[in-house]
Amino acid sequence: MPRKLTSADDLKSLQTRLAKSLDSGKPRISVCNGTACRPYGSNPVVEAFRATIENKGLQDRIDFKVTGCHGFCERGPIAVIEPGNIFYQKVKPEDVAEIIEKTALNNKIIDRLLFEEPSTKTRATSQASLSFYKGQSRVILGNNLKIDPTNIEDYIAIGGYSALSKALFQYQPSDIIEIVKKSGLRGRGGGGFPTGRKWESCRNAHGDIKYVIVNADEGDPGAYANEGLLTGNPHSVLEGLIIGAFAIGSHQGFIYVRNEYPLALKNITAAMEQAEKLGLLGKNILGSGFDFQVRVNRGGGAFICGESTALMASLEGKVGEPRAKYIHTVERGLWDRPSDLNNVETWANIPLIINNGPEWFNKIGSPSNTGTKIFSLTGKVNNTGLVEVPMGIKLRDIIFDIGGGIRGGKKFKAVQTGGPSGGCLPESLLDLPVDYDTLIKAGSMMGSGGMIVMDENNCMVDVARYFLSFLEEESCGKCVPCREGILRMRQLLNEITEGEGKESDLALLEEVCQCLKDSSLCQLGGSAPNPVLSTLKYFRDEYEEHIKLKKCRAGVCKALITFSIIEEKCPGCGQCVKACPSGAITFLGKRKPVLLDQSKCIKCRTCFDICKMGAVKIE
Amino acid sequence: MSDTVTVTINGNKYSAAKGEYVLQVARRHGIRIPTLCDHQNVEPYGACRLCIVEATSGGRTRIVTSCLYPAEEGLIIETDSPRVVRNRKMLLDLLYARCSENRVIKELAAEYGLEKPSFDPEYWTTEDCVVCGLCCRVCEQVVGVSAISLVNRGITKGPAAPYLESAQACIGCGSCYYACPTGAIRMEDKNGYRYIYNWNIKYKLQKCKVCGIEWAPVKQLEYIRKKWNLPEDFFDVCPNDR
Repeated sequence: MPRKLTSADDLKSLQTRLAKSLDSGKPRISVCNGTACRPYGSNPVVEAFRATIENKGLQDRIDFKVTGCHGFCERGPIAVIEPGNIFYQKVKPEDVAEIIEKTALNNKIIDRLLFEEPSTKTRATSQASLSFYKGQSRVILGNNLKIDPTNIEDYIAIGGYSALSKALFQYQPSDIIEIVKKSGLRGRGGGGFPTGRKWESCRNAHGDIKYVIVNADEGDPGAYANEGLLTGNPHSVLEGLIIGAFAIGSHQGFIYVRNEYPLALKNITAAMEQAEKLGLLGKNILGSGFDFQVRVNRGGGAFICGESTALMASLEGKVGEPRAKYIHTVERGLWDRPSDLNNVETWANIPLIINNGPEWFNKIGSPSNTGTKIFSLTGKVNNTGLVEVPMGIKLRDIIFDIGGGIRGGKKFKAVQTGGPSGGCLPESLLDLPVDYDTLIKAGSMMGSGGMIVMDENNCMVDVARYFLSFLEEESCGKCVPCREGILRMRQLLNEITEGEGKESDLALLEEVCQCLKDSSLCQLGGSAPNPVLSTLKYFRDEYEEHIKLKKCRAGVCKALITFSIIEEKCPGCGQCVKACPSGAITFLGKRKPVLLDQSKCIKCRTCFDICKMGAVKIE
Repeated sequence: MSDTVTVTINGNKYSAAKGEYVLQVARRHGIRIPTLCDHQNVEPYGACRLCIVEATSGGRTRIVTSCLYPAEEGLIIETDSPRVVRNRKMLLDLLYARCSENRVIKELAAEYGLEKPSFDPEYWTTEDCVVCGLCCRVCEQVVGVSAISLVNRGITKGPAAPYLESAQACIGCGSCYYACPTGAIRMEDKNGYRYIYNWNIKYKLQKCKVCGIEWAPVKQLEYIRKKWNLPEDFFDVCPNDR
């Protein structure tokens, strides 16, 4: 570890030295060991690389890096080799020796480890040429590949903390606020409030003690953009936070990380310790006279604590319940003091804006939605993972180009943006630009960047019911509309999916939705109607089919479907007989169709999924 | 004076202290806004949402809770606009389905034209508690003992004693019982004891040395005596016989 840095020049000379060693010309292997790659087995791959490099005495010839998330989680474990930007997917420990020997040392490509494009069946060599990466602008996430997140030197080597140095020594706090305002950066937590204006209000608010907070309580099911960033590049968030604190006039920061993110917690804690040792955090940062401390707080597992006032209550040691925000938290927030809370991704944008200038940032995205946005692309698409795209990109481009289209050649039905309380948008809206204002207008929202793609096998009534049941459990229960309204809506949707719905139910649903939107205490209740209202708006025919025809076209709602055997297609192989958990299928001899007993069938779909002959019919 | 502002409520202008909550201003001028979770002796909480009004400020109109919305110059308030009434009616509908046999809720619902909840009777429940939190808030903010608190979240949220056992810090004063807007707290004095069934407590009552009535729980009187440093025999006699 280098010695404590006490001036801008100190940092600069360290940076020059570290950057030089980076340009050594050695081949570099970056292996993703992020949260998504680990269950795919990235840990043994990392160990295999380490052991092989050591056994062969290649420590001086190969630069090996264990990094955070590369984004293409679907294909993990991932290794990228420089030079050549060669992208290997589904890497196994057995492949390691070959990768080192052939690719790293001899520039030869191993074909079987390349990714095959689902649409063209061609294999791309370089990461950048993959359709998954081509349409992206990975200005924030891109650095994940270059650094070991547990080593501050890696971050400094690629220019890390130079924005902080610039902010402390070349700018006044008001200049920084002006730059952030000019950049047009808006809150990446989903609200989309202009960050610069928020900072300004907090700076101008009365009070000597002010707080800055990182909201890393990312609770949307399927969303993990903040996790990828905090785990893969924790210093970028920390640097942004320190710059923000300096601009606002705060000397105490908090990072509120959800407890289910152990790796993020570990990496940000290590990052803080290293930054403090180097004099980039703590007293008299870089000799500037500016003091700033940070504390990490772990969430307790409540979704609601991602809401700013509930998060602050939780930080205060109280139950995580939101309160009215008629007096903004920038005026009266944590312990009633002016507090600025921003999302992980918002903070990570700050060093880039300071280093490259607001004009650079303005060039990315669209006029009132500048910069990029990270989405967690999941669901029925071929390529799932973390994608970072310029704002204003079309939904279609994300789903069909980056995402590689729908799995198994199925038909696209809907995409839900913004987490459980986002709306479901139909095919006719696929050409909408993805930005805060357009999504809201369409009945959805940006949220913290969840994007769940659904196909023809998803029942939209069931989808709405599912999201409401999530919100029902996560409602804090403080205010009447959210606590009681979500319950009643979920009950109504249950009735509909069970074939007990009445035509009047839809009007009642809409009435409850309206009430939640208008009179809920916080945005959990205020946005909870989105899944219902958007599906009612765009997929009303499905609701009506459930109610009037007692029919679920997607074959999801158990009460409305029956399973049967198409006798002409059934070869009597008996696979389904073995698989059926309720013994509803009887084997009648080879080459004779099996017999399905409706009274025993629990409609679990196992026979349908296992049958290779397509002999099980759902009606 | 800059500390005084003028707000318009239902078309009439009223003066108010800057930052004073709209509900207070309205009440002072005899304008009725229904509430359940509001109480003059504790901080506003904003849970029942019945006090919603339509507020226009800076060219923007929205629904706000009057118990928490601060008065500001030029603020325009409608307490019973069609939008407010529609929302309030649904809030009562939701509460009615929860508290389908509660008298207070029934009467409020009737005021808004609801004879029965709009939801399927199969799902009606017969709770009395609306989770306004007043019992816990008076216990904390007025009595100062915090013997009970709201536990759980979502639909299971409700006031309870720690670990759902007996509320050991409870002094048996009954403030929760008196503050509850819907009669959800069951308290009873019988055979020399005070029972508050919700918090599983049973406390001996003090007998007046003069008239012999059992007038308050011994624990409560001890609490007050110690807090105010009163003589040991101070509460031997009831207030009527002092």
